[in-house]
Amino acid sequence: MTADISVKIGNLELKNPVMTASGTFGYGEEYAEFLDLSRLGAVVVKGLSLMPKEGNPPPRIVETASGMLNAIGLQNIGIERFISEKLPFLRTYNTQIIVNFFGDSIEEYVAAAERLSAVDGIHGLEMNISCPNKQAGWCIFGTDPGVTSQVVGAVRKATRLPLIVKLSPNVTDIALMAKVAANAGADAVSVINTLTGMAIDIGTRKPKLANRTGGLSGPAIKPVALRMVYEVYKAVDVPIIGMGGIMNAEDALEFIIAGASAIAVGTANFIHPTVSVDIIDGITAFLAQEHIADINSLRGTAHAG
Amino acid sequence: MIEVNKGTDPLLKRAFSLFRKTGDGLQILYRVRGKGTGILRNMKEGASLDMLGPLGNFYPLPSEDQTPLIIAGGIGIASVFSLIERLAGKAIVFYGARTQDDLLMLNEVREYAHDVIVSTDDGSAGRKGTAAETLRSFLPSYASSPTQFCIYACGPHPLLKALSQTTKEFRIRAYVSMEEHMACGIGACLGCVVKTHDGYKRVCKEGPVMTATEIVW
Repeated sequence: MTADISVKIGNLELKNPVMTASGTFGYGEEYAEFLDLSRLGAVVVKGLSLMPKEGNPPPRIVETASGMLNAIGLQNIGIERFISEKLPFLRTYNTQIIVNFFGDSIEEYVAAAERLSAVDGIHGLEMNISCPNKQAGWCIFGTDPGVTSQVVGAVRKATRLPLIVKLSPNVTDIALMAKVAANAGADAVSVINTLTGMAIDIGTRKPKLANRTGGLSGPAIKPVALRMVYEVYKAVDVPIIGMGGIMNAEDALEFIIAGASAIAVGTANFIHPTVSVDIIDGITAFLAQEHIADINSLRGTAHAG
Repeated sequence: MIEVNKGTDPLLKRAFSLFRKTGDGLQILYRVRGKGTGILRNMKEGASLDMLGPLGNFYPLPSEDQTPLIIAGGIGIASVFSLIERLAGKAIVFYGARTQDDLLMLNEVREYAHDVIVSTDDGSAGRKGTAAETLRSFLPSYASSPTQFCIYACGPHPLLKALSQTTKEFRIRAYVSMEEHMACGIGACLGCVVKTHDGYKRVCKEGPVMTATEIVW
């Protein structure tokens, strides 16, 4: 008997718990020649803003021990071009389409959410709150509980789509930030975004990234991500999408056991474009081997006893 | 993109030029520079590797009446070699490297090129200076019209930048193969961009070959 691997993120039904992490899967089409997008639980597209964004100057990425730093600078084609040029292609697949978005003011977040909610074919929204708040002197939206509450609350009023808030790990207490997001109306939380890091060239004595700092991802951050999912699970009732260094089915299962309802594959997509499908198959094989009929019975089992 | 190991350090695949096709496969020419190429060097004969490719574009071929001039700096020869081969005796190659020992595959280049003008930074072989400098001294006496030549180049960024100034001055069309840190190789990560007059372009997808005039040097 094949186990049931379908999961729910709020009202959003996923045929399996494997999603793609925003920023690592382009607009989906980049991967369509490598795998059948219809096999995925959900496709989460690259973060969009109301207006196109050029991004940071290169070098934008640096490889580190079992990981990589990126400072792409949220380069994207803007919401309108996404809707007209990318969404029609994505809609030909039988998968949930989740759009990651951001703004540099609360008004921009709200306007972006409203626009994305007004088109057919988008099944959920994921808010990136790890970007600077221009109004408040460039503090990060997602590191101040008051600002997080305000921006999530404002977006909540602007959309009826399932709303996922992607939490920044660059905080003292991520469980608190998860509570704040849930109380402000988030249907789910993504845990975690990248960890801010740096690499220096000893020859030039300068940071290797043009942006100086970047977001660390890859297997190097998995233990931190897993701990954060574990803590958030204890703190909130909303579903958690676990992510951070997932390379294979075993990694994915660890996140589910820690409390994640679904998981997202990020940096691993860069190395093995088909890895998300391999992970779905690996999860199914594990459940069969362990005689588990429903993946939902595995969730959070690390907390028992 | 070549996967040099199955572990997580180094994590990413490595981007290489396809050096040349052989009867039953293809060859990669590389210089040992860091962790990834160090692993490649220590591989045993007969070992297997995963690769994704070929990816990206190639040098557009010159028209019948054009003389192709090819500029290679150091390991940049790996990128232009298959073009030299394809142009079967037509290309004039300006091949520069740091020292004589860094002039890899020189005999093979000579075999397929019409002529090879060698230069080294330390003067240990050929002229002293870079391949771009050699080209710069060659052009005034030979260039009669901008469309007589078509230029192709691969090498370190400063060499390509210097070359682009020369080709701009002589109004000769030049194609340069760009290099940037790369993660995915399939256009998704947006890590390998270079600045062009038309915004950032991805080396892996819109490149690696771009025109010298479109790049913001």
